[in-house]
Amino acid sequence: MKIPYYPGCSLKTTGKNLEVSAIAAAKTLGIEMVEIPKWNCCGTVFSLTEDDLMHHVAPVRNLLRVQEMSGNGSVDTPNKMVTLCSMCFNTMKSAAGRVSRNAEDLVKINSFMNLEEDYKGKVQVLHLLEIIRDMGFDKVKEKVSRPLNGLSVAPYYGCMLLRPADIGIDDPEDPTIGKDLFEALGADVVDNPYKKVCCGAFHTVNDKSLVADLGYEILTRAQKAGGEAITTSCPLCAFNLDNRQKEISAAHPEFKQMPVFYFSQLMALAFGLGEEECMFEGNYVDPRPLLKSKNLL
Amino acid sequence: MEDKKDIMQIIADANKSVTTGIDSADIEHWVQIHIMGRAYKVPAGLTIMQAMEYAGYKFITSAGCRAGFCGACATMYRKKGEYQLQTAMACQTRVEDGMYLVQIPFAPAQEAKYDVTKESYAASTLLEHYPEIARCVACNTCTKACPQDLEVMDYIQDALRGDYASAAERSFDCIMCGLCAIRCPAEITQFNVGMLARRMYGRCGMAEPEQAKKQLAVIAEGKYEEDFKRLLAADLAELQQRYAEREREAD
Amino acid sequence: MISKTEITAKNEAFLRRITELSGVSITRCEQCGICSVACPLVSGMDISPAEMMRTVQLGQEEVTSTKTIWVCASCFTCTVRCPRGLDPSKVAEALRQIELRKAIDYMDISTIPAEEMRQLPQIALVSAFRKLTG
Ligand code: SF4
Ligand code: SF4
Ligand code: SF4
Ligand code: SF4
Ligand code: SF4
Ligand code: SF4
Ligand code: FES
Repeated sequence: MKIPYYPGCSLKTTGKNLEVSAIAAAKTLGIEMVEIPKWNCCGTVFSLTEDDLMHHVAPVRNLLRVQEMSGNGSVDTPNKMVTLCSMCFNTMKSAAGRVSRNAEDLVKINSFMNLEEDYKGKVQVLHLLEIIRDMGFDKVKEKVSRPLNGLSVAPYYGCMLLRPADIGIDDPEDPTIGKDLFEALGADVVDNPYKKVCCGAFHTVNDKSLVADLGYEILTRAQKAGGEAITTSCPLCAFNLDNRQKEISAAHPEFKQMPVFYFSQLMALAFGLGEEECMFEGNYVDPRPLLKSKNLL
Repeated sequence: MEDKKDIMQIIADANKSVTTGIDSADIEHWVQIHIMGRAYKVPAGLTIMQAMEYAGYKFITSAGCRAGFCGACATMYRKKGEYQLQTAMACQTRVEDGMYLVQIPFAPAQEAKYDVTKESYAASTLLEHYPEIARCVACNTCTKACPQDLEVMDYIQDALRGDYASAAERSFDCIMCGLCAIRCPAEITQFNVGMLARRMYGRCGMAEPEQAKKQLAVIAEGKYEEDFKRLLAADLAELQQRYAEREREAD
Repeated sequence: MISKTEITAKNEAFLRRITELSGVSITRCEQCGICSVACPLVSGMDISPAEMMRTVQLGQEEVTSTKTIWVCASCFTCTVRCPRGLDPSKVAEALRQIELRKAIDYMDISTIPAEEMRQLPQIALVSAFRKLTG
C-alpha cells in the first residue's frame, strides 16, 4: 500500500522519533507512507464555531494536496491519507467531514482558495493505528522478531484519537486498539484508569502546573496499575507526559519518573529494527535502561 | 476650466524631468487613475511612480532604487469593478485605467534582536523570536500579495517546522516591501522571519562559498590596504571629485 | 434567598447569539451535571461546565468573564457523555470567540519565557494561540 502521509510540524522537530519509527514500522508491514508535497500546518485544533470557516482553510488545503496526489498516480490509495499525530488526525478528519457534509462550506472555502483547483470533498483521513487494526493484528504478530516479553505497558489514548465519537478510531469509553497492538508485540498490557483523561493539552504553554497536575495523575495511576511505561501517539501528549516530568518531580519529590513511548517506537523495537529507527534518544525520560533491564536492547 | 488646465500644465511641466520629458502634446493615450481617492488623467504607459509624479506628487519617501530592488515603493490598488485588492511595486508596474491606488511607505514590523553567531540552529530559534508564526492559518494571502511572486506562505510554513534551507531558498528574493505583513490576518512579519532564516541558514546550513573564501584570503593578505589608506586620507574635495568620476552602469 | 430571574430582551439575544455560534441547542440542557463530573479540568474552573450552560440559558453575558471558558481544553469528554447529545465544548468555544473577536486576547504570546520557547513543540504553540489569541 502506498498512501499519502501528512506529518505535521511537530513530527519534524520534537516528534521526530514518532515519525521515524512509524515510517519504518509501517514499511515493515508493507505500508509505504509518501509525504504530501507542500503540506501546511493543519492548525492543530478543529475550530468549533459554526461561522468560522477561515480556520478550516488550512486542513482543506492539505486535503487538496492529497486529491492531487490521487490524480497523479504517486500513490495507490485514491483519496485516502494517513496521519500519525492524534491532533492532526482529529483536525484533518473533522474538517474533511464538515466540508463533505456541508456543500455550502465547501463552495465558500474553494472560492476563497481561488488560486487552487477545487477540493471535491472526497478525501478520507486515517490514523496509522486504524490501518494496522484493519490489516489485522495477526499481521503485526508475524513481523515480531523481538517480542516485548516482560515489559509492562499502559496504553494512553488521550482525547483526539477517541473523541468526538464520530471522529475517534475506537470506542470512546472503552478503547482497546492499544491493548491489542501491544499484546501482538508480546508486551504485558496493563489498564490505566486514566487512559482517556486529557493531559491538559495547550495549557502547557500558559499554565504548566495545571498540565503537571494532570500528568501526575495519569502517570501515577499507570504505575499503580503496574505499568512500567506508557504509550502515546501525539507529540503534545508526549511533551506533557514526558518532558513535563521535570515539573512533576519538582512538585512531587517522591514521584518516580517513567518512560513515555510513541506506539511506533515499540513496534519498531519488536520488529527488530535498529536504534536509528527506534530513536529512543529523542525521548525525555530515557527508556533505554528499562529496555536493557528487560533484555530488549 | 481654463484655470484648472493651466495648473495641471504647470504641474506637468514641473515634473517633466522625472517623467522622462513627456510633453502632453505628444501623448496619444491617457488613462484615468485615482490616487488616494482623487482622479487624475495620466499618460498611458507610465509606471505608477512616474504617473504619480506626473500628477504632482513628490516622493520624499516610498521611492528608492526605481529599479525594483529596494522594496521602498509598495503600492496597493483596486481596479474598477474588481474585488481583488492588488499589490505592486510602483516603480515596476504600469498604470492601468481605473486604478484606485495608494502608496504604503512603511510596514510597522516586529523585528527581533538577536546575534546570529549565538543562536542555535534549531527550529525553536525562529519560534522564539517570532512566536506569531504559529498563528499562520494557511490562507495564502501573503503569497498573493507578494510582488516578487514568492511562495510566502510556504516559507512561513517552512519556518514553523524549522526547515531553514527551504525557508531561506523560498524567501531569497524578498525585497522587504512589507506588503505580505500588511495583509496577514495572523499579524506575522514574514520578511523578518525570512531574514532570520536566511541568516541562520547562511551561517550554519550552507557550505561556505569558494569565491568568498578566496576573496577573504586576498583581503587578509592586505591587497586593498593601500587603496583604503588613500581614501581615508582624502579631503572632501577629492572625495567629491572621485564620486563624480566613478565608474557607473548605464541608467 | 429565592428570587425570580427576569429574562430581558438582551438576555434572550445573548442566548440566541451563542446558540447560533455554537450550533448547540443550549435550552435543551437539563442541568444533570454529568458534564461537570466528567470534565477533567473542572477543578481549575470558577464555574462548572453545567453552570456555564445554565448562565448561557439565562443569557447572562458575564459568563464571558469567567475563567472556565479559557480553562476548557476542548477535550470532548463532555461531548461524549452528555445524555442529551449537547456539546458544552462548543459553547465554551463560542464564548471564547465572543471575547477574541473583540480583540481581547487571553494570553500575551510575547511573554512566554525564552527557555520555554526553546522546548515547546509547535503543536503546543499552534493550539494555544488558536484557542487563546484572536
Ligand atoms: S497538529 Fe501539529 S503537528 Fe499537527 S500540523 Fe498542526 S501543529 Fe503541526
Ligand atoms: S491527551 Fe492531551 S495532547 Fe493528547 S489529544 Fe488530549 S489533550 Fe491532546
Ligand atoms: S497571510 Fe499570514 S496567515 Fe495567511 S498564509 Fe500568510 S503568513 Fe499565514
Ligand atoms: S515576501 Fe513580503 S516583504 Fe518580501 S517581497 Fe514578498 S511581499 Fe514583499
Ligand atoms: S471539553 Fe471543556 S468543558 Fe468539556 S470536559 Fe473537556 S475541558 Fe471540560
Ligand atoms: S451533561 Fe448535557 S444536559 Fe447535562 S448539564 Fe451538561 S450539557 Fe446539560
Ligand atoms: S523604488 Fe526601489 S523597488 Fe521601487
